[in-house]
Amino acid sequence: MLVIALIGVLIAGGLIAWLSEGWNRDWPKWVSLVTIFLAAILIVPMFSLQPLVHQPDHSEWLLIYDYPWIPRFGISFLLGLDGLSLLMVALTVFLGLVALISSWDEIDKRPGFFQFNLLWTLAGVVGVFVALDLFLFFFFWEVMLIPMYLLIAIWGHERRAYASMKFFLFTQISGLLMLVSILALVLFAEALTGKLSFNYFDLVDLPLDESLSWWLMLGFFIAFVVKLPGFPFHTWLPDAHTQAPTAASVLLAGILLKTGAYGLIRFTLPLFPGAANDIAHVAMLLGAIGVVYGAIQAFSQDDFKRLVAYSSVSHMGFVLIGIYALQEITLQGSVMQMVAHGISTAALFMIAGALQHRLHTRDMNKMGGLWMDMPRMGAIALFFIVASLGMPGLGNFVGEFLVLMGAFQVDLHIAVFAALGLITAAVYSLIAMQKVFQGTPTQGRSLADFNSREVSTMLLMMIGLTLLGIHPQPVFDMVEPTLRGVFTLTSPAGTWLGVSP
Amino acid sequence: MYDLIWLLPILPLLSFCILFATGGNLAPRWVTMLGVGSIGIAALIVGVIAWFWLTTGMREPYLYSLGPWMNVAGFTPTFGFYLDGLSLTMLMVVTGVGFLIHVYSSLFMADDLDFSRFFAYMNLFVSAMLVLVLADNLLLLYLGWEGVGLCSYLLVGFWHAKPANGAAARKAFIITRIGDTAMALGLFLLFMHLGTLEIQPMLATASATWQTGDSIPTIAALLLLGGAVGKSAQLPLQTWLPDAMAGPTPVSALIHAATMVTAGVYLIARTHELYLLAPMAQATVAIVGVATLLIAAFTALAQHDIKRILAYSTISQIGYMFLALGVGAWSSAIFHLMTHAFFKALLFLGAGAVIFSLHHEHDIFKMGGLRKKLPVAFWSFLIGSAALTALPFTSGFYSKDAILLAAFEHNPWLYAGGLLGALLTAIYSFRLVFLVFFGDVKTEPSAPAGPRMAVPLIILCFFSVVGGWIHIPVDEVFPVVAGPSHEGPVALITPLIPIVGVLLAYFLFLRRSLDFSGFFGSGLGRNLKAFFFSHWGMDWLYDKVFVVPYTAVARLNQSDAVDLVYEGVANLTSIFHSLIAFTQTGQLRWYAATMVAGLVLLIAIVMGIV
Repeated sequence: MLVIALIGVLIAGGLIAWLSEGWNRDWPKWVSLVTIFLAAILIVPMFSLQPLVHQPDHSEWLLIYDYPWIPRFGISFLLGLDGLSLLMVALTVFLGLVALISSWDEIDKRPGFFQFNLLWTLAGVVGVFVALDLFLFFFFWEVMLIPMYLLIAIWGHERRAYASMKFFLFTQISGLLMLVSILALVLFAEALTGKLSFNYFDLVDLPLDESLSWWLMLGFFIAFVVKLPGFPFHTWLPDAHTQAPTAASVLLAGILLKTGAYGLIRFTLPLFPGAANDIAHVAMLLGAIGVVYGAIQAFSQDDFKRLVAYSSVSHMGFVLIGIYALQEITLQGSVMQMVAHGISTAALFMIAGALQHRLHTRDMNKMGGLWMDMPRMGAIALFFIVASLGMPGLGNFVGEFLVLMGAFQVDLHIAVFAALGLITAAVYSLIAMQKVFQGTPTQGRSLADFNSREVSTMLLMMIGLTLLGIHPQPVFDMVEPTLRGVFTLTSPAGTWLGVSP
Repeated sequence: MYDLIWLLPILPLLSFCILFATGGNLAPRWVTMLGVGSIGIAALIVGVIAWFWLTTGMREPYLYSLGPWMNVAGFTPTFGFYLDGLSLTMLMVVTGVGFLIHVYSSLFMADDLDFSRFFAYMNLFVSAMLVLVLADNLLLLYLGWEGVGLCSYLLVGFWHAKPANGAAARKAFIITRIGDTAMALGLFLLFMHLGTLEIQPMLATASATWQTGDSIPTIAALLLLGGAVGKSAQLPLQTWLPDAMAGPTPVSALIHAATMVTAGVYLIARTHELYLLAPMAQATVAIVGVATLLIAAFTALAQHDIKRILAYSTISQIGYMFLALGVGAWSSAIFHLMTHAFFKALLFLGAGAVIFSLHHEHDIFKMGGLRKKLPVAFWSFLIGSAALTALPFTSGFYSKDAILLAAFEHNPWLYAGGLLGALLTAIYSFRLVFLVFFGDVKTEPSAPAGPRMAVPLIILCFFSVVGGWIHIPVDEVFPVVAGPSHEGPVALITPLIPIVGVLLAYFLFLRRSLDFSGFFGSGLGRNLKAFFFSHWGMDWLYDKVFVVPYTAVARLNQSDAVDLVYEGVANLTSIFHSLIAFTQTGQLRWYAATMVAGLVLLIAIVMGIV
């Protein structure tokens, strides 16, 4: 029940927040805060769950719920929680809190509806991370999209209409491809097994015709790579990020991008292991191009949010490489990179939002010397810049290093090319630091430094990244059963060494 | 006893955390206590460990692990610290010289508004450097390696309000990152073939699996060399170091002379078994060393800025260390690393004292006659320069002499290069001494600095003289090589050359009885001087080949060409939209006519007429 309660709390909280606007315009954000705390309380007991060893088919899962929904079409309300889902759900709620705090004083227009969209986005994302019925998964995929679209379209910046439409179209069209793939897969599976079912466990690794499997896989692959976003499907991201309000940027970069990577690991690989192997090389190449291309693009931007957005393209490229290198070490690296990037980028967007709130511009050429005005913000920004350029001791390094080290064994050239990203990341990160915080300060400017609410949120994220950097083992242990399952399907001949000594 | 080593990186790290968390709200007295005290205690611990190591017979390598870092897919790096003669030597240099520089800084930086931030960064640096030298696996070493790079960036750009300092800091970080990336690839390669990054087992496996001259160890050694030339400012990645002088002078002394820049030498010495398997890579080390030491020495001759002269001299001296590594004189390389740390820290701190008293004047042609006014700085420079020049009985003499003789055993050409470098070293060092401390007073100095700056200088003077008699405890670490024979003309010429150089400098810059101003006034001479001054045009070349194209391409594509495809689709859609919208005129006549026409066409198609 925990998972359903979690989604229920977020949905109900969203409705209450919307309603409470009528009574007092300050209430919605407090309702949101309480909701997120309740959600966090619900997550805590999930960490003590033990694998379902008594259910041999689901022994790597922590929770499985299966309620009939539309039995006629084989659609059920099937939810499952395993280590990977739990990790992602926890990250979602944590970054939900960050998003809320980052926009605490920012929203004047329709605050209740804003909080409603925020919480419903979270609900949709949590649903995506736990849905195991393909129809239900698609349903949550859409639930997550629409409130996010509204967040950008209503509370966005000057080009919000363009950006939100672009975001919507990219996601919707690629989602449509996935829907077609889902339906086709279910129908072909019925022909094969005689049972109409959207159940994940009924569909995994079916002996489909090779070329059919390839095309079906492509539908999923494109939907998830657009979301990731992988080169060359990334162009919606800079616009969406730049125009989105701070909270939406935080969620978008921190969590929504991760649903793409999650989908690849959870669905694309296990549903079509053979076809996944066929496309592995291309996917790694796209990842490596994304790493370098994103970094070069980030370097050329004047808009701080665009810079961070392109840096996401670059960092998520590592995730794509890691997933499709199909090695134990790279899969673990990818998950680590997902978590670490989620935190570091959320923090950078929070800083970007704080800067825009104070300076009313995102143009870095109009900034400079801000360290003098806001030393706390400067020091904190430095930390996250350094994290994002892959400093050892912080989480992002662990992810990137493992991905590159494993990919090196699979394809030398791609790994070497992607390693250039380590250099280019330093170039754009340090330039951003220079343009925003260093240099000569403008005289007569008085800006409020981070207040204690912002500092404490940042501090949480700094501690998180440091822990991931020096003690990443709990994350590895947590997702090991999931990744082992994926690995056994995609590399039947491979050896899984595991995480125990 | 030896398990105290875990405290060494932790103490400065703790101090960093406190200074960082208090964010400048601590009274300067407490900042000094923390910042200097933490390094002082670390130095004390190293002293005790060294005492035990040298007096008792316990010289077995000692391993202490703070616990596992990660364990994934057979990759199991730990936070393990490895103490042997080599790391002990490095510990002594880092904490000893580091402590003196911290004491010095507490006065040098006393008036700075960001006093606390300075010590926070300095402490973080020492912590990272200690991790680097103590690491028992290459991943932890890489953590320290990147950590010192980060601190170097932070401290070079310490005065960040001036954009030039930021540019210098970025240049330092990015160029070393290029080397670091090569090094990371080296780690990948080593892990792929040997299955571990734990240094000692890895090297043992390497020696057991590979034959001398195999291609994999050669490539791996060259990739590690890539990291080493970046960090240690050697050809072709040395251009960042002179610019790094933008940082406060104690930073230059600690990071860019005594410790961080020698990390590359340490790395190669630490993995020397690998280089023994790869003679080609080792020869490359020697060639890089000689080429760098010559290029940098010529450049130093043409500089005006006191710190830039010292910077080029650092590049040049590290070139000697690389030469030593390349010819297999491992312990001589480490020996020179240590003596160089003494005398180069001394020279930088001496330069700092001069700059301090001359209100931030850096141009040696605006200095002069400071011998009487700043006696401590003068004697520091005299002793430091003597050691740098390798005049007999100074510390530098013993270390450099050993390197040159070993080079001669290996290859006379390498020896000749080193010898020419030694001559140039003598000339540029004493050019500096004669111009700054002799002759007429050109800028009147304020009062010399207080004891917190003078005492470290005096201590370093002492070590720069007697450091040559220290026997570094690395006998068990490196393979025993037969000592070069100290006979024949080579043994005589080698110590003589620096003296010749000093005499030349004397006649050129003090007596001025040798005069080349005619030559340097001519077109060729001017160009040659400009060529040397610009460090052989390397910055210019890199700017044209890498920086400008990268920036231009990035700028050109600022709005992302990939998006044109999607914009194109969108535009195409809206063109079709307007085309079709055009037919929607609202005139019934038009609709009826097109319907009939369509119907006719349809029937024609069905009947097969069209």
